[in-house]
Amino acid sequence: MTLQQENRRLSRRLAVVALVMFGFAFALVPFYNEICVALGLNSIERADAVANTQVDRSRTVTIEFDSNTHNLPWRFRPLQGYVKVHPGELTTVEYEVVNVRDVAVTGQAVPSYGPQRAGEYFQKVECFCFTQQTLAAGETRRMPVVFVVDPKLPRDVNTIALSYTFFEVAGRGGKS
Amino acid sequence: MSAVVHDHGHAHDDHGHGHHGPYGGIMRWITTTNHKDIGTMYLWFSFVMFSIGGLMAVGIRLELFSPGLQFLDPDRFNQLTTMHGLIMVFGAIMPVFVGFANWQIPMMIGAPDMAFARLNNWSFWLLPFAATLLVLSFFMPGGAPGVGWTMYAPLTVQMGIGMDLTIFAVHLLGMSSILGSINIITTILNMRAPGMTLMRMPLFVWTWLITAYLLVAAMPVLAGAVTMTLTDRHFGTTFFNAAGGGDPVLYQHIFWFFGHPEVYIIALPGFGVISQVIPAFSRKPLFGYASMVYATSAIAIISFIVWAHHMYTVGMPVTGQLFFMYATMIIAVPTGVKVFNWVATMWKGSLTFETPMLFACGFLFMFTLGGFTGLVLSVVPVDIQMHDTYYVVAHFHYVMVAGALFAAFAGVYFWLPKWTGHMYNETLGKWHFWLTLIFFNMIFFVQHFLGLAGMPRRIPDYPLMFETWNKISSLGAFGMGLAQLLFLYIVIQTIRSRVPAPQKPWEGADSLEWTHLPTPVPYHTFEVQPVIK
Amino acid sequence: MKVSKLISALAALSTGLLALSASGSAHAIAWYFQTPASKMAAEIDWLHQVVMWIILVIFVGVFGFMFYACWAHRRSVGHKAEQFHENTTVEILWTVIPALILIMIAWPVTKVVIAQKDTSAPDLTIKVTGYQWKWGYDYLKGEGEGISFVSTLATPREQIEGKEPKGEHYLLEVDNEVVVPVGKKVRIIVTAADVIHAWWIPALGAKQDAIPGFLRDIWFRAENTGTFRGQCVELCGKEHGFMPIVVRVVSSDDYSKWAGEKKKALAAAADDPNKQWDVKELIARGEKVYAGICVACHQATGQGSPALKAPALAGNKFVVGAEQGPIDTVLNGRPNTAMQAFKQQLSDTEIAAVITYARNTWGNKASDVQPAEVKARRK
Repeated sequence: MTLQQENRRLSRRLAVVALVMFGFAFALVPFYNEICVALGLNSIERADAVANTQVDRSRTVTIEFDSNTHNLPWRFRPLQGYVKVHPGELTTVEYEVVNVRDVAVTGQAVPSYGPQRAGEYFQKVECFCFTQQTLAAGETRRMPVVFVVDPKLPRDVNTIALSYTFFEVAGRGGKS
Repeated sequence: MSAVVHDHGHAHDDHGHGHHGPYGGIMRWITTTNHKDIGTMYLWFSFVMFSIGGLMAVGIRLELFSPGLQFLDPDRFNQLTTMHGLIMVFGAIMPVFVGFANWQIPMMIGAPDMAFARLNNWSFWLLPFAATLLVLSFFMPGGAPGVGWTMYAPLTVQMGIGMDLTIFAVHLLGMSSILGSINIITTILNMRAPGMTLMRMPLFVWTWLITAYLLVAAMPVLAGAVTMTLTDRHFGTTFFNAAGGGDPVLYQHIFWFFGHPEVYIIALPGFGVISQVIPAFSRKPLFGYASMVYATSAIAIISFIVWAHHMYTVGMPVTGQLFFMYATMIIAVPTGVKVFNWVATMWKGSLTFETPMLFACGFLFMFTLGGFTGLVLSVVPVDIQMHDTYYVVAHFHYVMVAGALFAAFAGVYFWLPKWTGHMYNETLGKWHFWLTLIFFNMIFFVQHFLGLAGMPRRIPDYPLMFETWNKISSLGAFGMGLAQLLFLYIVIQTIRSRVPAPQKPWEGADSLEWTHLPTPVPYHTFEVQPVIK
Repeated sequence: MKVSKLISALAALSTGLLALSASGSAHAIAWYFQTPASKMAAEIDWLHQVVMWIILVIFVGVFGFMFYACWAHRRSVGHKAEQFHENTTVEILWTVIPALILIMIAWPVTKVVIAQKDTSAPDLTIKVTGYQWKWGYDYLKGEGEGISFVSTLATPREQIEGKEPKGEHYLLEVDNEVVVPVGKKVRIIVTAADVIHAWWIPALGAKQDAIPGFLRDIWFRAENTGTFRGQCVELCGKEHGFMPIVVRVVSSDDYSKWAGEKKKALAAAADDPNKQWDVKELIARGEKVYAGICVACHQATGQGSPALKAPALAGNKFVVGAEQGPIDTVLNGRPNTAMQAFKQQLSDTEIAAVITYARNTWGNKASDVQPAEVKARRK
């Protein structure tokens, strides 16, 4: 092979590496999501498969409820500040949402946990965060969250904060 | 090639090296495919950018001289901070070493030119165009983006059109680096003179080989990150927006996956220059050549697994913090090996302290100091207190300015005779060194105190307890800026001097450009490849 | 160049520097960590000192060799270069020994890292929300739960612009301080409403990025009473340097007192939004709100500031036009400008008052705005 041919061959290979790395940056997006799911962090959102487990009455975990809205014309609050539960015990709480605008608005709730790693052990059977919620003008709605705390929750965690942030979903009648 | 017959072996005219391209004047520079011409353009470009970035730094330090807002509104201040960083990193410190690569690599390996001479030209000319875009962003509605050179989301989504210009400029700058790196790797791997095995290459060539691989792997990732920022801004994507299932922290991961190898991209060629200069002025071979190659390779490889030490406070799980801390501490080992090897090269040598050696010793002392503050920062609990304070600013200026920039100065003084055929004024060179050293430390040593005491980064105004160190730092900045005018004078004076330099002005220099080529170098160097015995 | 000249130049420089530092001596010349007020901050300080000593020893060792070589191995004193360039034993030693030193550092550090993340069993939980450019605090659980307020920089604009002398706590003072009891474990849940901010109190050793859409938690336990100050530490836009944090640590009794009073005060401040106000009273109330918040950008003369891109309110058609225009602007701010949203920070009454004031001052004349109208437009 002449020098010129060798040079071209090597440079083609290096160009491929550059392109692959560009693709790698985009691949980091699903990769990052998978890692978060695997570590139980910020996992959006599907119902967790909950096996029937014994209720562990030997310990109590406090679940605190928090709410935020992000540029959304809704009033959003938990109906209880906190509950004390036993791991393995199915519990239902409710959040209330009020659409104070005079048009229908659609939102998506995104949960977040403190401490982050507790999210892995917080299994939601039913949650308004699984789907987008559309509220008519002026509508008030109470939405349940049904959950179980996995008994495998590390012993040193006895408080979990569950926070939802409601974001507006554009193009569904609200301001985008 | 021109049709005129020239004697290629002995090149130069009386007034600098002649050239054989079809054009003269400005067209010569626009169309040149000669690695020396292109190297010269990179060096001058980087000096211009260094001056512009330096003026911005002076503006920043002027505002920070006293508490209160005197000259700049906070928005403009953030814009200056951002552009100072982008211009210095992408416009000054990276191109200066590409300039060295272009000038030196073909000469040091016995090659006639770079593998892709025309691609080399394009790689350069992308830069002034990209730099113009960056500077132009100041004049857009909303001004330049005020987001820091790290351009975190979602703050970037709030910026005006200056942000888009900047993103475009970053793409072009990255393109230039990637193309240049492909050129460098191909040249080094395929075009060495017979007898020059990889383990006989000068260390400067090794460091550029490794750096070029880092560039090819890391720059495209930055391109990905800013592209995602662009689409989040304009095309409805939500990569970094929780509303759509995204995460602002994802941006940080992608950016720093590029960002950490980037700092080694900046540092490694500087290491290479130092590895040429210290042996030459110690009149002794580099200590531990093979370990230097392995250590540099180890640094490059490990640099890909430490990125999140820039993110200890985002709230990542403990295991993440611990992993990145351990990996970062490990990088200290090969870096230490290199420092010890340089000192061991000097040990029991026969030392003289011309300007290149002064800058090399200054590098050795102060890069190591910066490396140590890096070790302090790698300790997670300590970093919790130091993150986003002036301690970090002090750390990276020590390694990038007292490190990489001093290495660049050392290289310029070292090779200026070879490039221009004239000796620089040694007395003035020493003045430049001492002024730069003193004023640099005046600016940045006190910033460690500011960070420890709790002064955050990127603020235009500060509580009163930070006043004293800020004043000292600002005075140092004014001094350091003026000292660089001396450097400009020295370089121009050298180019225009009438006193020829000897072929080998440095007794201890032994690489091919000193032993096998005249001074100054002819326009076409190794038309016939030397054979290395 | 003569050595004597160099020495006199250095002497002049040092004298100048000393004089300079003396000029700042009215304020303590801060150069190290602030006095720790929590065990965590004290541990961090200790770890830092350990690492610094190790570094210092290595530094002096290595550069002792280098400076000795610079002195004794100069060609000008006749030293001839030896040509060795390898020594396997030495090279192995100086690879292995630093690695061991690093392991020695990593061991005690690891314990602190793990402890910093342990937010379990708090006595008090406070939610912190970062806004552009202020902090919101909600006492979620523990004594004082239900207390909720916004904390804004209290340093007057005149001090920042140099028109007045700067106060002692310049840029480190707020209108509503975070108050916590001493000796109790406080868990801070951090989030943000717009861009990334970061919450930090150096004396307590607690720092956490505030990420919009996500919760992060940290904790601290203050060992001493006192007032501890910090600033936002993540670039968040124009006023990043102007959103400080103040935590006042008090005894348990004082805390109970404060919690009771604060709840009462907040209830009182939540003026009945259905009350019909007399215009003159509204304007008087509005003038106070304006002086505290709006004057920074829109100026006391209502002329605005081109430099700050704050429009003039005097003679401004939008201001005196349809009421919902100014109401919406004050409630929600204007995106991509420095006009913040004040819906969290100001009550319906305060907003109605300040708008009425702006609509009826500097030559402006327009209808008043009542709190009920603001409430109706509230998002």
